[in-house]
Amino acid sequence: MSDGEKKMKPIWYFVGLILLAMGGVVFLSGLYTLIFRVQHKTALAELHPDLWWGAIMVIVGIIFFLKNKTGR
Amino acid sequence: MDVLAKSIGLSFVDWLIIAIYFAFVIGIGFYLKRYTKTADDFFLAGRKSTSWVAGLAFLSANLGALELLGMTGNTYKYGMYVAHFYWIGAIPAMIFLGVYMMPFYYSSRIKSVPGYLKLRFDEKTRVLNGFSFAIMTLLVSGINLYAMALVLHTFLGWNWDASMWASALTVALYVTLSGLVSAIFTEIIQFFLIWFGLFLVSVLGIVDIGSIHEIFRRIPEAYSKLWSNSGDPAQNGMAITWAGIVLGLGFVLSFGYWTTDFLVVQRALSARNLRSARNTPILASFFKMAVPFIVILAGLIALVLAKDPKAAFALLQDGGKVNYDSALPLLIARYYPPGLIGLGVTALLAGFMAGQAGNISAFNTVWTYDIYQSVFNKKASPLHLLWMGRMATVAGILVSVVTAYWAKSFPSIMDYMQAIFSWVNAPLFATMLLGMFVRWITPNGAFWGLIAGMGSSFTMFLAVKFSWIQPHLITLSKVTSDMAVNFWRAWWAWLICFVVTIIVSFFTKRKPDFELVGLVKGLTPQTLGQPVPLHRKPEFWAVLSLIIFILLNIYFW
Repeated sequence: MSDGEKKMKPIWYFVGLILLAMGGVVFLSGLYTLIFRVQHKTALAELHPDLWWGAIMVIVGIIFFLKNKTGR
Repeated sequence: MDVLAKSIGLSFVDWLIIAIYFAFVIGIGFYLKRYTKTADDFFLAGRKSTSWVAGLAFLSANLGALELLGMTGNTYKYGMYVAHFYWIGAIPAMIFLGVYMMPFYYSSRIKSVPGYLKLRFDEKTRVLNGFSFAIMTLLVSGINLYAMALVLHTFLGWNWDASMWASALTVALYVTLSGLVSAIFTEIIQFFLIWFGLFLVSVLGIVDIGSIHEIFRRIPEAYSKLWSNSGDPAQNGMAITWAGIVLGLGFVLSFGYWTTDFLVVQRALSARNLRSARNTPILASFFKMAVPFIVILAGLIALVLAKDPKAAFALLQDGGKVNYDSALPLLIARYYPPGLIGLGVTALLAGFMAGQAGNISAFNTVWTYDIYQSVFNKKASPLHLLWMGRMATVAGILVSVVTAYWAKSFPSIMDYMQAIFSWVNAPLFATMLLGMFVRWITPNGAFWGLIAGMGSSFTMFLAVKFSWIQPHLITLSKVTSDMAVNFWRAWWAWLICFVVTIIVSFFTKRKPDFELVGLVKGLTPQTLGQPVPLHRKPEFWAVLSLIIFILLNIYFW
């Protein structure tokens, strides 16, 4: 890799992006279920695991993304 | 099967998540291509990885979806005994690699494990191991591909050919573009997807049943023990004694795999310096010890639910037999709503594809350096080798696809997976151990020892398979199982290789000491490097890992 070339983004940047993207989809899907009172037939559906698990993924994704976006 | 396929059918959000994964891995392949210009970039990720990157890739290269499904099912069948694969069957070997063996691998600047054999012994030993590793890797890669298509077809109802070709072509594309670096990137993404995609099964299972204590209360006592019933093989589900576990799994198979299999060692060789390379397997050992929190817990949860009539949970039946591999997909179907289902399926897909990429990136390196350059074109330029690496990737994927179709015609080939490792890796560990720590071991000793070890392992396999001998002759026990035979066969193959290598070395010519500097203990000056604080030393983390490993074994004794 030559010095003049743009520095390669670290893997953690991509980990942040993919967790953010997937967590966002899972979270929004959970939010939709909550707002429109969609009944899923899964066990423990009343705990809305998609909502809080998606939110955790989004938070972790944002942390990874922001800490590594400068490509250190 | 059809009932299950309908019950975990995918919705739009699930497909969206799968599409995001495919777009990401292909996008990463194109992004990294501009940084992949030399053979070192392609085959060794430019030797720039930190210990964290190399460590997670080191672990993930081994953490395939087939293993996750299989080990969860095995836990349902055997209980906590399966944790032996993650603890005694991995941790001591990973620590040994980091503390004692890595300095020889890394400091000799080799590009592959067969490359070390050439420096320490000679060309013929290198080519022998190069060919056996290449054949083993492609076989395993093809069987994995077949298994992936089978799982997707069985649990999701996907078309067999389409799912196999889609994943094979995706892996071929991103590994051809940027080699090991893209394989490592996807392995790390896989690590996170597996934890986020599958750990929630254990969390929800614990909530569903009440607590971890309640799970252990509701399983048979023998299922919650690691060692206390290992004195008598009739008392545990695996029908094996502690000696078989320690010698076969804990010593030979584990050390043979973790310290000599180029698929994992290649990740450590991509580290940016010796300390990072030594830390690679040691850091990975902490995460390896944590994997049972997904697979073992999920298996025990499935067991508890299956025993509770109110839970309405039962594993699938396949031709009158219980399909233990269905435990994890059924738990996903039980707990995951749309969106999370897509995440769980993507985690399994990522496991399959990253495993495929790992096999192919190890194969293309061994093919290019240890077979092509060594046998066919000794004067190949670095640029030509880079081109050959890319061609080997495409050819490797095609051979894997052919192997997958072969496996489809003969499904019993799946039973040979474990056996393949004991043919190649178990004797190789004896060769490496003697080569690195005993200076008078000769090139001919190593070569004939390897031939004897591999040949005897293969012969024992055929002898049991075709009933030429009774299995108890190998396991030294009246009660036995396929797994016990596997463990003991590995032990005998190791011992035969070890003894033959020593005997032949007594009568053949050794290499002069000056040619072995940097390759053998006692002839290698210790490289102290920059002084670092205690918490950055590999030895510090190795001791910590060992303490946790011992405590886990005592707790579940």
